[in-house]
Amino acid sequence: MELSAVIEQHIEVHKFRAGTIVGATLLALLLQSFLPRYIHRASLLELPLLITVYFGLSRRNPATGLLLGTIIGVLQDSLGPSPIGLYGIAKTIVGFVASSIGTRLDTEHPLSRLSLTIGFFALQQTVLVLTKRIILGLAEPFFSMQLLASALINGVIAVGLFMFLDRLRKP
Amino acid sequence: MAVLPSRHRSLVLLAAVVAAQVLALAVQIKRERQGRLIRVWSVTLISPFERAGVWSIDAMRGAWNRYIGLRHTGEENQRLRAELERLKLRNIELESKAAETGRLEALANFRQLHRDVPMVAARVIGSSADSASKTIYIDRGERDGVRRNMAVITPDGIAGKIIEAYRNSAQALLITDRESGVGAMFADTRIQGPVGGTGEALLMKYVNNDEKISAGQSVVTSGQDRIFPPDWPVGTVIDAKPGNPFQIVRLRPAAHLDRLEEVFVLLTTRELETKKEPEKAAAAPKPLGRPSATAPH
Repeated sequence: MELSAVIEQHIEVHKFRAGTIVGATLLALLLQSFLPRYIHRASLLELPLLITVYFGLSRRNPATGLLLGTIIGVLQDSLGPSPIGLYGIAKTIVGFVASSIGTRLDTEHPLSRLSLTIGFFALQQTVLVLTKRIILGLAEPFFSMQLLASALINGVIAVGLFMFLDRLRKP
Repeated sequence: MAVLPSRHRSLVLLAAVVAAQVLALAVQIKRERQGRLIRVWSVTLISPFERAGVWSIDAMRGAWNRYIGLRHTGEENQRLRAELERLKLRNIELESKAAETGRLEALANFRQLHRDVPMVAARVIGSSADSASKTIYIDRGERDGVRRNMAVITPDGIAGKIIEAYRNSAQALLITDRESGVGAMFADTRIQGPVGGTGEALLMKYVNNDEKISAGQSVVTSGQDRIFPPDWPVGTVIDAKPGNPFQIVRLRPAAHLDRLEEVFVLLTTRELETKKEPEKAAAAPKPLGRPSATAPH
C-alpha cells in the first residue's frame, strides 16, 4: 500500500481547462448522434469511446476513469435505441482500464495512442458482444471487416483528436 | 468527482457500477415468454433457495411423521390388526349368512313350487368319516316321518336315499357312492340305464355302443327304482366312450353334492306322478303332482 502510494505521487495527472471534459463529452455525443444521419460513413466513428479513452489515459485515476466512462456510455445509450447500460458497461470497463494503463505506459506518443485506441476499440467491442450475447440473447459477431475498418479509422482519428485535446490541458 | 485513493476501492467501484448497469439492463430486457430478464434472474436466483427450503421442510415433516410421530404406531397397529381380524370374521359371518339366505330362499321357492308334494326340509349335520363312503347325516329322523329308502333331493337334482333312520336324525347314501344305484334315462331319447356312483362322478351302465351319446345330454330319473320320482335331474353327460360290451358314460351330478347344506326328504316311497308346468318344464325339476299327505315343515 505504501509503495503504491509513493508511485501514485510520481504519476503526472493532467488537468484541463474548465468545462473541457464536459464540453468534449457533449460534443462527441452530439456528433455521434448527428453525423451518421447525413454522412453514412460516420457510423464507423466512435467519438464517445475516443473521449473516454483520452480522459481515462490523461486523468490516470481508475475511479474517475470508470465513472466518466459510465456517464458517457449511459448518455450514448440514452441517445440511441440500445437499452440503457449496454454502452455504459463497455465504456465503464474501458474507462477503468484506460486510466489504469495510463499509469504504466507512455500514452503521449502518436503510435502508442493509435495502438491503444485500436486495443480499446477491440475491448469495447468484446464487452458489447458479450453483453449482447449473455444478457440480450443476441447472436453478435466478435469480428467483421467493418469492425476492423472502424477500429483503424478511430485509431487514426484518435491520434489527431488527442493532439487537439492536449492543447486544452492546463500548463 | 471524488478521488478514491485505493486501487482496491476502484475495483470495488468498477464491480458495483457494472453490476448496477447489468441490473438496469435486466430490468429493461424482456425475454420471450419469460417476462423481464430481472424477473427471470430473480426467480433463477431465488428458486434454488426456495427448493432447498421446501425440501428441508418436507424432510423435517417426513422425519416427524416417519419417526417421531410414530411413537404410538405400534399400539395403533395392534389395534388395527385386531380390528381387521374382527372385521374379517364379521365379513365371513355376513357372507355365510348371505349365502345361507340365498340357499334358504331357493329352498323356500322350491318348497313353495312343490307344496303339494310330501317332503321335509333337513339340514346336513355331518358326513361320513370314511372317505370311501359317500354318506351324510341330516337333522331329521323317524319323529319327522323319515324312513329308510326315502329319496333325498335338492332343488338342483337328486342327492341320495335314506339308508338309516334314527329318532332325530338319519343317514343318507349319496348317489356318488359306489354302492348307490338310481334308475335313470336320457331326458331326450328316453334310453334307460342304471346310474351308479364311482366315488366322484356317476356312471351310466348298460348303454349300447350303437347309441349316440354326446357331452351335455341330460339324464333324469326313470322312477323304476321306486325311490326317486320320474323325470328328476340326475346329471349331465361328461363324456361317453365305447366299451365292451356297453358304452362307458360318465355323468356330472346335477346336485352340488360336495357342498350340501340343506336337502329335502320326500316322505313317501310310493311312485309319484309328474305334473307338467309349462314355464318350468325345460329348466327346473318337474314338480310332483300327488296331493300332500304331510304338512310342509
